[in-house]
Amino acid sequence: MFDVIVVGGGNAALCAALTARESGASVLILESAPFEWRGGNSVHTRNLRCMHDAPQDVLVESYPEEEFWQDLLKVTGGLTNEKLARIVIRGTSTVRDWMRKHGVHFQPSLSGTLHVARTNAFFMGGGKALVNAFFRSAEQLGIEIRYEATVKEVKVQHGKFQSVVLENGEEITAKSCVLASGGFESNREWLREAWGQNENGEWPADNFLIRGTKYNRGTILKNLLDQGADQIGDVTQGHCVAIDARSPLYDGGICTRLDCVSLGIVVNQYAKRFYDEGEDFWPKRYAIWGRLVALQAGQIAYSIIDSKAIGRFMPPVFPAIKGNSISEIAQQLKLDENQLNQTVQEFNQACRAGTFDHNVLDDCYTENITPQKTHWALPIDQGPFYAYPLRPGITFTYLSLKTDETAAVFFDGKASPNLFVAGELMAGNVLGKGYTAGIGMSIGTIFGRIAGQSAADAVLQRSAA
Amino acid sequence: MNTLNTLIDDAKNFHQPSESVIEVQRVLQICNACRYCEGFCATFQSMTRRLDFNVADVHFMANLCHNCGACLHACQYAPPNAFGVNIPQAMAKVRLETYQTYAWPKPLGNLYQKNGLALTMATSIAIILFLLSMQSASTGLFNTNLDGNFYAIYPHNTLALLFGGVFIAMLIAMSMGVREFWKNISTDPMMWSAASDATHDVLTLKNLGGGHQQGCNEADDAFSLWRKRFHHMTFYGFMLCFAATSIATIFHYVFHWEAPYAYTSLPVLLGTLGGLGLIVGPIGLLYLNLRRHPLHGDAAQKAMDRGFIASLLAISISGLLLLALRETPYMGITLCIHLGFVMGFFLMMPYGKFAHGIFRSASLLKNAIEVRMKKSVSVGAD
Repeated sequence: MFDVIVVGGGNAALCAALTARESGASVLILESAPFEWRGGNSVHTRNLRCMHDAPQDVLVESYPEEEFWQDLLKVTGGLTNEKLARIVIRGTSTVRDWMRKHGVHFQPSLSGTLHVARTNAFFMGGGKALVNAFFRSAEQLGIEIRYEATVKEVKVQHGKFQSVVLENGEEITAKSCVLASGGFESNREWLREAWGQNENGEWPADNFLIRGTKYNRGTILKNLLDQGADQIGDVTQGHCVAIDARSPLYDGGICTRLDCVSLGIVVNQYAKRFYDEGEDFWPKRYAIWGRLVALQAGQIAYSIIDSKAIGRFMPPVFPAIKGNSISEIAQQLKLDENQLNQTVQEFNQACRAGTFDHNVLDDCYTENITPQKTHWALPIDQGPFYAYPLRPGITFTYLSLKTDETAAVFFDGKASPNLFVAGELMAGNVLGKGYTAGIGMSIGTIFGRIAGQSAADAVLQRSAA
Repeated sequence: MNTLNTLIDDAKNFHQPSESVIEVQRVLQICNACRYCEGFCATFQSMTRRLDFNVADVHFMANLCHNCGACLHACQYAPPNAFGVNIPQAMAKVRLETYQTYAWPKPLGNLYQKNGLALTMATSIAIILFLLSMQSASTGLFNTNLDGNFYAIYPHNTLALLFGGVFIAMLIAMSMGVREFWKNISTDPMMWSAASDATHDVLTLKNLGGGHQQGCNEADDAFSLWRKRFHHMTFYGFMLCFAATSIATIFHYVFHWEAPYAYTSLPVLLGTLGGLGLIVGPIGLLYLNLRRHPLHGDAAQKAMDRGFIASLLAISISGLLLLALRETPYMGITLCIHLGFVMGFFLMMPYGKFAHGIFRSASLLKNAIEVRMKKSVSVGAD
């Protein structure tokens, strides 16, 4: 019998498995995906938000604990747990040496990402390179890995983990268990149910794209909640960004993002603007636009820019829809031509002359128009014009199992002695809503390691007793 | 009329992108929106200096790619992902096209398509048979009275003229090709300070380091320095052999010291050391080539890769054999075999795998110039 079973194969699962193994436990990883799809959403990640008091190899300047905490407090609007959050924050200041030991390489922030050069350490080659390194290290340490091993049930008795049951009916027992199998973002029925029907009779979630793996179906989450595990978080909360509507249904990852929103206007299917496109720097706002688009009719919107914006944003993966006039754009987008012309005209007339500077919150704003555009408002008047369609893209869901500083799963307020949780399955404890770049990997790494340690400790204590 | 047809062909090649070029343009658009691999090598750094990729850019970047495989294993968009990104393979296919496009004289560019083991060996063996028949007619195949003196069989001047002539002709052919390549990929002025950066990159194979200096990928996602090491042995072994021959030529014509030279003489020492490098290096590269992950590079080019490796091995093994047998009756035959392999190698230089070194060096130079000019597009400055 294995000491520890780890359910999942992403960053948090691997951190848990490696830590448990380093503590002397025998470990079995059950990854539901086949080899070529292993690693869950971690393969789409690129960096780790890290606290540091002085420059550290790839990280410039400093990012002290308090600043990190304030950033988290701001994006979550207080929907966080300070104790757990500070554990994550402090953990990130030292964890990279451990990651390097297991083969992870870091690189300076990528071109076009200077704004996070201070706060985020980038993985060389991205998250899939990290996942490859961890799996390789796991194999070398004698961790057993099974792919296409989907757990459908976790057997718990009086709060104590007993065994897991696979989809093929096989039951595997172990002395302790770490659950790190991700959220439920790829479970279309659950998303549909969570988001419900809007006033137009639409089911908004039917139009959501999933930026990551199709294997995060929330089976474990549902199974545990059904067994009375304590939950935290809102079922509709998640990391939801506006991405190119032409992206694949799953695994579109980072390249489907669009960075031109703040440089132009965004209209809905009625060819009307609906939100301040220049509210703040795009990296601080992209995570609210998914939700904004989700709330529009048809869950679709269009970012429209003119020739002045070309070269000012990261090149998108899909070509722009191009037109020599706003009417041509409207025809191609099948929007009401008159309305779009009117919207653009009204916007252009509302723009106050200022000094355009995309690197600061500049003084180009609109007057006497609703919604206002508070920065980078330049008239859209220089053809050819370009448009990109936007849809909500879900990265991951926040509904979580409630936990504490030992990463234990709770039943009726009582911590399980041998069942632990990490990654997306518990991220909602720290991240009740909102997002800031790299925080998902910070939570996954630090709580993955805590869960692995707790699982190993649970085994070692039991055998000592 | 011929000139017109050539011009039309050229226009087609440069302005109507081939399928392979279109595939590179497609995947680079995805990569440029992702950029996770930027730390691995110069190819991705040159990508981030661009917003779109014309045919010349693609030709340049394809030759900048060292086919290390790091970006394939790290790629979230690699097959079976819907985006199906495979940079090493897409680049390899274009590389072959550039060798063909820029080959001089142009009709010989087609040799790349068939320049496998068989063609290289057939050429060499034909030359060997010719040399053997010549020798048989003049001094006899097993002459015992030569005392290791090669020139008793083929006078030195004949050899120097023949090999020097072919070598220079092939150098000219390669220069014409790379000149055309350079004219197309680079509009920047030549910058000599960048040449030292490029030389460094060529001599150290920096871009096979994986960005973290732990090497490149072979059969799987593990990093390994062995390809770099075996390539170093091959390259420096080749250069030592070349140096040995050059020094011997100087000995002969400048100092009038005639071969055979002692085992401890400079030409023989350098040649022996180089020969050993040229045995261990290519064997290692062949072993790695056979074990490479099937998605790396272009499977259709394996014959060209292996033909080149085999050709190098044939030269080094026959060369060392000649050294060992030079005082025996087998010297004559061994000499014919060695000379035949060397000649076959020379003849195939501009139309086989050897070209990769020339085109890659040119691309590394272009890259170094761009880096020095700090060319960049200011996107995502927010």
